Amino acid sequence: MSGRVLVGVKRVIDYAVKIRVKPDNSSVVTDGVKHSMNPFCEIAVEEAVKMKEKKLIKEVVAVSCGPQQAQETIRTALAMGADRGIHVEVTGKEYETLGPLQISKIMAALAKKEEAQLVILGKQAIDDDCNQTGQMTAALLDWPQGTFASEVSFEGDKIKVVREIDGGLETIKINMPAVITADLRLNTPRYATLPNIMKAKKKKIANMKPADLGVDITSRLEVLRVDEPPQRQAGVKVETVEDLVSKLSEAGLV
Amino acid sequence: MALRKGALRCNMLVNSRHFYKLTSFVGVRSVSDKVSSKPVTSGDPETLGDHLIYTQEHFALKESLRKIIDQEINPHVDQWEAEGKFPAHKIFKILGNAGFLGVSKPVEYGGLGLDFSYSVAVSEELGNIRCGGIPMAIGVQSDMATPALARFGSAELKKEFLLPSIMGDKVACLGVSEVGAGSDVSSIKTKAVREGDEYVINGGKMWTTNGTQADWICLLANTSDGPPHRNKSLFCLPMNLPGVHIARKIDKLGMWSSDTAELFFDDVRVPCKNIIGQEGMGFTYQMLQFQEERLWAVANILTMMDNIIQETIQYTRQRKVFKQSVLHHQSVHFRLAELQTEVELLRSLLHRATALYIKGNDVTRLASMAKLKGGRLAREVGDSCLQFWGGMGFTSDVLVSRFYRDSRLMSIGAGADEVMLGIICKYMDTLPKN
Repeated sequence: MSGRVLVGVKRVIDYAVKIRVKPDNSSVVTDGVKHSMNPFCEIAVEEAVKMKEKKLIKEVVAVSCGPQQAQETIRTALAMGADRGIHVEVTGKEYETLGPLQISKIMAALAKKEEAQLVILGKQAIDDDCNQTGQMTAALLDWPQGTFASEVSFEGDKIKVVREIDGGLETIKINMPAVITADLRLNTPRYATLPNIMKAKKKKIANMKPADLGVDITSRLEVLRVDEPPQRQAGVKVETVEDLVSKLSEAGLV
Repeated sequence: MALRKGALRCNMLVNSRHFYKLTSFVGVRSVSDKVSSKPVTSGDPETLGDHLIYTQEHFALKESLRKIIDQEINPHVDQWEAEGKFPAHKIFKILGNAGFLGVSKPVEYGGLGLDFSYSVAVSEELGNIRCGGIPMAIGVQSDMATPALARFGSAELKKEFLLPSIMGDKVACLGVSEVGAGSDVSSIKTKAVREGDEYVINGGKMWTTNGTQADWICLLANTSDGPPHRNKSLFCLPMNLPGVHIARKIDKLGMWSSDTAELFFDDVRVPCKNIIGQEGMGFTYQMLQFQEERLWAVANILTMMDNIIQETIQYTRQRKVFKQSVLHHQSVHFRLAELQTEVELLRSLLHRATALYIKGNDVTRLASMAKLKGGRLAREVGDSCLQFWGGMGFTSDVLVSRFYRDSRLMSIGAGADEVMLGIICKYMDTLPKN
């Protein structure tokens, strides 16, 4: 096995920021708003770096798709311990319509090009909450997938993944190469230390466009409208159970 | 009920960073009430290429430090403020591991050897801690008790005291001020008398930040009878030496989470090799770092002022008085605009002074001006904002009251306003002759 792990990192609006919808309801405001690495992507990077520290794999490559600013996200991954980065440049309208299908095509192409042993992604992004990219990437590559991973370990030439599912925990063993998506409890991402932040300056980030990978990123989706969730309306207090029942039947609910 | 909830909601919005403990991300997102206005970004612009002194690495440093603050420090600030002490060893070790205590210190001793702009970036980010005491304590460790040692100490001394301080294994404190001498450093009374290959120290120190937890003290003492600016020396003194007494933890108006000690030295014997650099040069050594100390303090308070103004906007937006938001009254939003304008002016001065300093210029005049303005502006911001918070501002449930108390120190400590004014007048050549 190549010992190379590809980690996808997405630049998203920071989770602590108050989201505002644009006046034309086309999308949310992103200009001048604080962005950071998707928290699940941080967990994915941490897992890959830990594997390298345990000498289970040899190289961690951080990948991000987007405009120039995506490089900041890659640098954060480098400061956490990734060895090099790949920035797939997508700007303007194409960037706005970039979604899981396009990203998984890019990740699949890169996984083949880099002869990756593993592709680790966050289970979902906190901006669109799609939870599709990992699964689609595995399908495009025809690779096994271990999604919602809360524990990952190597067992010989297979990989054991403990998955968080609705009913509890499910343990599977899959062949490599494989795609893994990181869930919240997989690990606690390390702080990028200042020495590592300075070292990251010297690490390489390769630039390329989706066309260089032979990937068509036209979107199959069109966003019609973005609205804020409806404001929570005030409730009504009632004195007796009879009042409650009559109010409910007035509202046609009983 | 409503105003308390509003204030607590603000507190929570700004404070909660416990996402690692949350089971799901759904429901954490908050959506704004207003569709129209562009979000306010205070401080650094997103477009890195345009910043006066900061590079990508500065911003990466700030982001990483912010995570540490949000996860390891801020969740416990209220408790530590109530207890009157924060666990310095624990926090310094976390910061030391991440490399934040030795930003400008020599690489041979675990530092990063970076220029002062990185220290300013660290200080600015530390302003996001929800009290003044802890950043102050960190500042003493990284930029007050250690610079002279780093520059002039012997290799042996640096190995014993500097290295562990940068790693976060040893807590340092600075012993300069005394009960009878604060602004007038030259009139300190603590004496270090040479006896063979030891110095015997007698005297006391006051206002010693970290004093009840420190492993060593950087002590300024009189070592001869010469002229007051040339008869003092700096020592690295382990705090566990016989004769070192922590007389009391001082009960202060603010900065509660920072333990401040009054110390006594009773025939304390310290080896001669513990002197930093040359005998008689102590005063000069301490003075050399004043520019950095003062700019560091300004960087810190700027972020705090930004945060207070932002929290005040959030609170007054949702708090209604006479059927309107408090914020919508012109006297309120206009005043906040005035305050923010002055904050930006001070920020410009800080960055200008830092830019000049890292190129090797002497910025004593600008640093003194910045320190003077910082202390005074913080009092104005605290006072005006507290007024806008109304009754809630007067409670201990909100940050503005803590900021009001904590920031009052800035006009007094690390160079009182009057001292700053004297320095500026010296440069303006307006002081009476002789």
